[in-house]
Amino acid sequence: MKRQLWAIAVLGIFTQLLTNPGSVEAQTEASDYGIQEIAEINRLIRQGWADYEIRPSVAATDGEWVRRIYLDVLGRVPTVEELREFTKDRSPEKRKALVTTLLYDEQYTEQYANNWTTIWTNVLIGRSGGTERNSLTSRPGMQKYLRDSLARNKYYNEMVYDLVTATGSNTPGTDNFNGAVNFMTMKLEEKAAQATAKTSRIFLGLQVQCTQCHNHPFNEWKQQKFWEMNAFFRQTRALRRFTPGTRNVSHVELVNESFQGEGLTKDPDKADIYYELRNGITKVAYPVFVDGQSINPSGYVEDVIRRDELGKLMMESRYLDKMLVNRMWAHFMGYGFTKPIDDMGPHNPTTHPELLDYLGQQIRKKNFDLKQLITWIALSEPYALSSRSNSSNESLDNPLLGEAPKFSRFYMRQMRAEELYESLVTATRAAEGRGSYEQQEELKSRWLGQFVVAFGNDEGEETTSFNGTIPQALMMFNGDLVKKATSKDKGSFLNDLAASQLSNTQKINYLFEAAFARKPSTKEIEVANQLLAARKGDLIAALQDVWWAVLNSNEFILNH
Amino acid sequence: MSRSTPKGMSRRHFMSHLTGASAMTMPALAMGNTLLANAEDLKRRRKSAILLWMGGGPSTMDIWDLKPGAPTGGPFQPIATSGDVQISEHMPLMAQQMHNMAIIRSMSTREADHNRGRYYMHTGYVPNPNIEHPSYGAVLSHQLAHQRPELEIPPFVTVGGGSVGPGFLGMAWAPFSVNSNGQVRNLQMGLEDQRLYQRMYALDLIESGFINQRRGSAASDHQKILKKTLNLMTSSQMDAFKVANEPEDVQERYGNTGFGRGCLMARRLVEQGVPFVEVGLGGWDNHSNIHATLRDTKLPELDKAMSALVEDLEQRELLQDTAIIWMGEFSRTPRINGNAGRDHWARSWSVVVGGGGMNGGIAVGATNSDGTRVDTEPYTSQDVMASVCEALGISLQTTFTSQNGRPMKIANSGKVIKELFS
Repeated sequence: MKRQLWAIAVLGIFTQLLTNPGSVEAQTEASDYGIQEIAEINRLIRQGWADYEIRPSVAATDGEWVRRIYLDVLGRVPTVEELREFTKDRSPEKRKALVTTLLYDEQYTEQYANNWTTIWTNVLIGRSGGTERNSLTSRPGMQKYLRDSLARNKYYNEMVYDLVTATGSNTPGTDNFNGAVNFMTMKLEEKAAQATAKTSRIFLGLQVQCTQCHNHPFNEWKQQKFWEMNAFFRQTRALRRFTPGTRNVSHVELVNESFQGEGLTKDPDKADIYYELRNGITKVAYPVFVDGQSINPSGYVEDVIRRDELGKLMMESRYLDKMLVNRMWAHFMGYGFTKPIDDMGPHNPTTHPELLDYLGQQIRKKNFDLKQLITWIALSEPYALSSRSNSSNESLDNPLLGEAPKFSRFYMRQMRAEELYESLVTATRAAEGRGSYEQQEELKSRWLGQFVVAFGNDEGEETTSFNGTIPQALMMFNGDLVKKATSKDKGSFLNDLAASQLSNTQKINYLFEAAFARKPSTKEIEVANQLLAARKGDLIAALQDVWWAVLNSNEFILNH
Repeated sequence: MSRSTPKGMSRRHFMSHLTGASAMTMPALAMGNTLLANAEDLKRRRKSAILLWMGGGPSTMDIWDLKPGAPTGGPFQPIATSGDVQISEHMPLMAQQMHNMAIIRSMSTREADHNRGRYYMHTGYVPNPNIEHPSYGAVLSHQLAHQRPELEIPPFVTVGGGSVGPGFLGMAWAPFSVNSNGQVRNLQMGLEDQRLYQRMYALDLIESGFINQRRGSAASDHQKILKKTLNLMTSSQMDAFKVANEPEDVQERYGNTGFGRGCLMARRLVEQGVPFVEVGLGGWDNHSNIHATLRDTKLPELDKAMSALVEDLEQRELLQDTAIIWMGEFSRTPRINGNAGRDHWARSWSVVVGGGGMNGGIAVGATNSDGTRVDTEPYTSQDVMASVCEALGISLQTTFTSQNGRPMKIANSGKVIKELFS
């Protein structure tokens, strides 16, 4: 097998030499850093290229790679200092060393935890979760739970168990605080339909929401399954607690209470629920997991706590590990193995089933250690490819054109709004003295608010008008954040840069490296000099113009 | 910088340079803005559409197709209208406008999930993991933009709602989303023109450099958006968004609500030449307590705004060239559930259309006595879209070529609903 791979690689080199003599290096076999899982990713992805007769893109430059790893792991672009430290390092394993540093070095723990807290908060409660009027969700509570868990790299399965089974108060600083409850506090209305749908979808990749009312037209889910799954959530209540002596809600407490069932006989030993078929016939349901395993049907919390049982059953489900792999893969690669990533039922084709299954098994063996999974994906060959396409993969591997992703190049994408925000703050060093985490979050969420659009239905769906739209361009042209980033006031980033000992060219270099992780081209230096002339030698004004143009470019706002 | 942007260069002149530089990257689909017809003639012939999008799925049997005799018909009574149809007693103002509108009472679709239904009703296609279809606004503004070469603001505006994106037509046809107050953020740069153009020149150089490295459509789409943004920043047409400039009595007629202001803005935008406006009104996902919610909040808000819009368009002689579509992603069960609500239902429901030369005052098709079934020829999202295209003079033979070369007929081969035109 190994030999065969070499043959492919060598063939690749000749093809490269014929078409693009400058990029031979890229076609040598990618390192697996001595990690079995990385070798397997590379092997199975290459197999896909061979099957489709695709020649992958050349390898990304160091600058491109380091920019994306900072964005994808820490949620921001690297600083010029971080970039230069990496590019001057000549050791063959420097990429592994950097990934290890970003994941395990204490100086990055907080940034790592903050970034993934943002990502998971958006998944679990949405961008607007907790900002609704009379919300039962405490966004700070959700974030506190996630930050604490991620900072000490709590295993993913344990986090899921927490989120599914949590009880306690939702608000930090109150008695019995448990931030994990915030996943569910707002999802219990209408007989916990949202808790059922979101738990299945987010953690198991199973879309059951349609089957609340009818059998799913094209997957195996029947209406019965929805209600059997739903039965697990029916002991759960979100109770408003008031500040003593007032009518002000101080916090919300999530509790398990005995459930007597919906039947006329009210027999808590067999707490049943009922649902209606479309033809009007009423059916009964008890808690049964997706794989058919049932539990003690008692509604008494002394006998059985249904959510705890659900949590245990979920831990054993293969959907749990596959969904995690699919989500993380999509985060780093731009596309998952299924589209959408959280619809993994048998009706939806998987692009690389063997790889998905393998990575799922492996991460399960490693106790669902998120940092290991990140390491495997981030050091894999496909993650290190250029986002430039070539004649072989331009149309054959273009998911935008409806092709299944083959991961033969890095798929460019918009920075998430939060990434753009953090990157602007990083690139302009506005980070210094920014106040507490909570204050920063408040500022950021106010800024994000302008891009979040709710769809106006009970499922709390939302979209964003952020990606590649005119409002985004206007914000980058004229918004306060960019005004601040391009400020020339005393103590600002540009003011300091202008006053530094660097030559003018070095100053321009610095701006390009800060935004793009590369040096400017000859033409770009030329245009910078033209701007300096146009500003009649006012250096800081010219730097302002260059910096504004750089930040507004496609190259800055895209993760490439 | 004298080489590129001499003093006194106008914005239009500057823009034409930028456009020239990237002409090679324009997809074959893009329309030129240079139709050789005189402006007045164009203005007379230009067509528009307004989509009133009811997010959540409104119960049409409580609004447009009442079943007062049926056990689950609900408490609302039908009233007579200016057309040959009856509608809910809680829509008294619309009742005076129904001579302009047609109720398609035999809608029958299959998507009863919010996401899927929203996609299907906006595109005419069911969701497909391999391709993103363009929505109404993208398709229609793409087809109609050439009728208004003078338009400097986006041709697809959505007010107070999310809409659905441009799919394979690309971000240049994405909805421009504004809130109902019509305040567009970050419009002012506070920089003298010349310096702005010099910055734009530098920006364009960086952008083009990146695009030329075969980075794909995300890179080139961004450049198009930049040009649209620059256009809009300096355009006096932006006044169309300022609903507060309307006389107070006019604002009052539309209602002091988000949807009211949105409908008023839609009228102003259409007058300015915007070919497609979507106005969103959410809150129709009434799984509980449906009739009180409809009676006390949703229907009064809808009734006021929608009736004022239809009335104004008719009075200003714009209605014959402006198609109006009222719909949600689906409707609600004829049965009333245990929480006095109605759940999702797509099998038999109503969509309302009017304007653009479509017949008003009629009901097309019918449901059975309790509203659970369509008794006449069923119609779909595609059929509604085909009919709207017909009303706007867009050929149903129009075929888009998606980026992967797959030909796609406009309105997904839907058929024109004859009763609307005979």
